[in-house]
Amino acid sequence: MNVTATLSRSTFAGPTFTGLRCKECGHAYEPGARHVCEDVCFGPLEVVYDYEAIKNRVSRATIEAGPASIWRYRDFLPIEGDPIDVGTGFTPLLKANNLAKRLGLKSLYIKNDGVNMPTLSFKDRVVSVALTRARELGFTTVSCASTGNLANSTAAIAAHAGLDCCVFIPSDLELGKVLGTLIYNPTLMAVKGNYDQVNRLCSEVANTYGWGFVNINLRPYYSEGSKTLGYEVIEQLGWDLPDHIVAPLASGSLFTKIRKGFDEFIKCGLVDDKPVRFSGAQAEGCNPIATAFREGRDFITPVKPNTIAKSIAIGNPADGPYAIDIANTTGGNIADVTDAEIVDGIKLLAETEGVFTETAGGTTIAVLKKLVEQGKINPEERTVAYITGNGLKTTEAVVDAIGQPYTIEAQLDSFNAAWQQAQAAQAQG
Amino acid sequence: MAVQVLIPTPLQKFTNDEASASVDAASVDALIDALDARYPGLKGRLCDESGKLRRFLNVYVNSEDIRFLDNQATALKDGDEVSIVPAVAGG
Repeated sequence: MNVTATLSRSTFAGPTFTGLRCKECGHAYEPGARHVCEDVCFGPLEVVYDYEAIKNRVSRATIEAGPASIWRYRDFLPIEGDPIDVGTGFTPLLKANNLAKRLGLKSLYIKNDGVNMPTLSFKDRVVSVALTRARELGFTTVSCASTGNLANSTAAIAAHAGLDCCVFIPSDLELGKVLGTLIYNPTLMAVKGNYDQVNRLCSEVANTYGWGFVNINLRPYYSEGSKTLGYEVIEQLGWDLPDHIVAPLASGSLFTKIRKGFDEFIKCGLVDDKPVRFSGAQAEGCNPIATAFREGRDFITPVKPNTIAKSIAIGNPADGPYAIDIANTTGGNIADVTDAEIVDGIKLLAETEGVFTETAGGTTIAVLKKLVEQGKINPEERTVAYITGNGLKTTEAVVDAIGQPYTIEAQLDSFNAAWQQAQAAQAQG
Repeated sequence: MAVQVLIPTPLQKFTNDEASASVDAASVDALIDALDARYPGLKGRLCDESGKLRRFLNVYVNSEDIRFLDNQATALKDGDEVSIVPAVAGG
């Protein structure tokens, strides 16, 4: 860690971001802890960069010489000084030949953030950026509203950074997600309600407590961390864009930031421009974006979530309209799948590629399969599926859908009998 | 028909930094007008030119999103609590 931190410091020539701007009306703001266009329209605020400065400073070679973490892209991230570097990012891009063959695709890749550091989900990217910025803005307590993964990540990275932490989750989350937060010893509030209710409560808490909420008043900085999922795929494809990406949709933020990551590398001359189709995945039990897309609407009607895919169960997705716009303008699709299909998706990825993902990843794989079957992904397209979390956190989802061990005596006869049984079972399929 | 309204931080500059207000109103629409009468200019922030709530604002009556109720026509009764919450990202 010291090595990467030193390298980051020595190659950093100062911040490249200049302020915040409303994504809707363009009104400008100072780069403080704020997330909505409070002077005009309440649209979301975005970080503004000096792309000329970035372009003059960054090349493929400078990036390749950086640390094997998201901080190799620090010139594209909204921080002023040294990052909190916990080794986040630069996760494997796996060529998924077995799954491709099963689905009838010629070129499929899995971007596996289920092995991201330190807490095994893509949230480590956004939290690393948000807490670095939180520290710069003088916060000593950090917080978030979470469907689980964000809570894990905020609690872990806050512990590493020596920040106080209080996080909020819905009270019905999977045990692995609760345990994976408590181990870092934050204050954990399990709220009796769904994620949207947790978020509303947190907005009210943010109004009265002087805390840095990563997904509320730090949101413009936080969400920028997801751009690194775009950068890494370009770099790992040998400085090339894919033809089609499939990613899960919760609030829709990740989807928009992968697009922004691609656009920024094009803008700065790091990759050749070409069309990339963006397709999004939702669970049928929480599908407000897929429904709006199907009905040709550009506004979202909120839903009350009821799905095993709890990590993406956001009934009132803030960036939903932007996700729909991206799917439409790139020729992509947004589809939803049942809980049973999600479980099958988890098993399919595990059995074909040795990657055990959580329910969000199962949703992505199930939608990938569905879109291929519907002819909405061309077999010739170089396709990347984003796997955003680890299956060991949501074992409840699959525990009844997988096999049982053969319990045997420590004797050869006992093994022989069990092996015959196993082979018979396999023959039956 | 007194209703308690929770005012988000970005709007508190209109309300002399008050985080909540007690307002007499029989519907969400009437509440917006009542707030605007007391704090001039507030409606222009909450709503677009046609009087429709801005799409990045969420309004809740007793913790229920008004889009699950009757939107801006949602009826209010004595003692109801109304929250105005700008949309946030998450996950």
